[in-house]
Amino acid sequence: MSVITDIAILVLAAFVGFEVISKVPNTLHTPLMSGTNAIHGIVLLGGLLLMHEAHGVLEHGLLVIAIAFGTINIVGGFLVTDRMLGMFKRKPDLPSGGDAGKEIEGP
Amino acid sequence: MILGTIFLQSSNFIDACYIVAFSLFIYGMSGLTGPRTAVRGNKIAAVGMAIAIIATLLTPHVLSGSSTPWLMALGIVIGVAVGVPAARNVRMTAIPQMVALFNGVGGGAVAIIAWIEYRHHFGGTFELRIEIPSLFAAIVGSVSFWGSNIAFGKLQEILPGRPIKLPGQSFVNGVLFTICVASAVVLAAGTHSQALFILGILLAAALLGNMVVLPIGGADMPVVISLLNAFTGLSAAATGVALNNTALIVAGMIVGASGTILTNLMAKAMNRSVPAIVAGGFGGAIAAPAGGGDEDRGPVRSTSAQDVAIQLSYARQVVIAPGYGMAVAQAQHAVRELEKALEKKGVTVKFAIHPVAGRMPGHMNVLLAEADVPYDLLREMDEINPEFPRTDVTLVIGANDVTNPAAKNEPGSPIYGMPILEVNESGAVIVLKRSMASGFAGIDNPLFYDPKTAMLFGDAKQSVSDITSEVQAL
Repeated sequence: MSVITDIAILVLAAFVGFEVISKVPNTLHTPLMSGTNAIHGIVLLGGLLLMHEAHGVLEHGLLVIAIAFGTINIVGGFLVTDRMLGMFKRKPDLPSGGDAGKEIEGP
Repeated sequence: MILGTIFLQSSNFIDACYIVAFSLFIYGMSGLTGPRTAVRGNKIAAVGMAIAIIATLLTPHVLSGSSTPWLMALGIVIGVAVGVPAARNVRMTAIPQMVALFNGVGGGAVAIIAWIEYRHHFGGTFELRIEIPSLFAAIVGSVSFWGSNIAFGKLQEILPGRPIKLPGQSFVNGVLFTICVASAVVLAAGTHSQALFILGILLAAALLGNMVVLPIGGADMPVVISLLNAFTGLSAAATGVALNNTALIVAGMIVGASGTILTNLMAKAMNRSVPAIVAGGFGGAIAAPAGGGDEDRGPVRSTSAQDVAIQLSYARQVVIAPGYGMAVAQAQHAVRELEKALEKKGVTVKFAIHPVAGRMPGHMNVLLAEADVPYDLLREMDEINPEFPRTDVTLVIGANDVTNPAAKNEPGSPIYGMPILEVNESGAVIVLKRSMASGFAGIDNPLFYDPKTAMLFGDAKQSVSDITSEVQAL
């Protein structure tokens, strides 16, 4: 692929990003931020792609760190987002008293 | 069998997988537009990520070399071992720090990959189409990594949340930025220097990340995290250009675009401009005068849980305006109990959500949702503001700056022009607060001296439970 193709993809992706995301309501901004945060963990692919070309302890070590970082970013990001969103979902509201049993600990 | 392997490893098949992956990202993100589709949207995006990773591993030669698969597995195992417990155990109040941290490691990964990419081409041919995006990714990734770590430290209160002023800081930032750009230009012009790359690019950018975020006050932190999130996205996209990887380009760019929108929305909600925030504006310069001279505001009236309970029980409409104080005190469940107790008495209860209440947009929504407060009781700022004159009592729980009437009537105030919850329009205001300390922005709040306002001092969770039991006893 040529540079021009890459840049074309880049520009189009920017517009798609703007379009899709400008519709997100205020209330979902934190999950959105966390969700997009998980997606840029895709840089993990870079670490995977470069590993077989690496030479020496330094490069291998650095790439292991990069892969670990990318994995934390992806796994952590999606899980936290899922936890947050799980709280928005559910209901219709239980008749009162139904949820009284579920007491959550203090700090 | 062999035919199957050839098919799976063909670049067309892998490219097709990438197309499926980023389509799923886009589809998943659009699911995030509504609370009902959001959970599914997030999962769809995660499936897209899994497909992208598998496709990458299928790429010819990627697994070649005896140690390669093991080192990859090692990295992934470490990542899972750290990331999963962190995400599972984090308290909902600490989400902003967590997002900052996850963002930071993403930026760190970008910077490391750019460094390796540079080393591989060191001394050999380095096409500009690879070199320029790599240099960009190295600078931005490094800034994002260090900046996010500082943001994490501030929100986690490892570092003081108050802005740290450094002498000549904008000059130093300018110099660091110039060093980064100049080094990048020199390197791109054909100089091959490992030392220049490490010192001029990675280290200068690291210092820049530290220097830029340190002076920013905690009130601006959400905007900063959002900005750094966008940065990491852009640098991931640049890595994608360098590695010629469509999935990286598209995913990174979508994050870059969304982060930019989010950053602007948040800055707008605070009536601030992004450059002004990055330059380290209020929160810092203002903190000193606000502490000193404002003693002539008049007396502060304090009240008791019992009085508050009576006031609330005989109101027709009560609006609750939560803020970061509610998050810190973990008071959301107590607040939900109060809301139920009041509704039992026939009182209409609504929640007023300021777009930047807490430390992130939507922070309050997440907490209240955690406590099972029905989604339809939550009102956004523009919706609730016309209702305040019809509201008998407004209960402000740990919110300060977002209710500060100075933003409306004191042109000299540093937050003048920021849209606020106009709680002072309601019949009476009760403020739950730990002490008379000023808010995160370090600005005095005339609301507390308003004759209509009564203060209930103490831990928010304890105060709310006290009020609830008094209401139930009535």
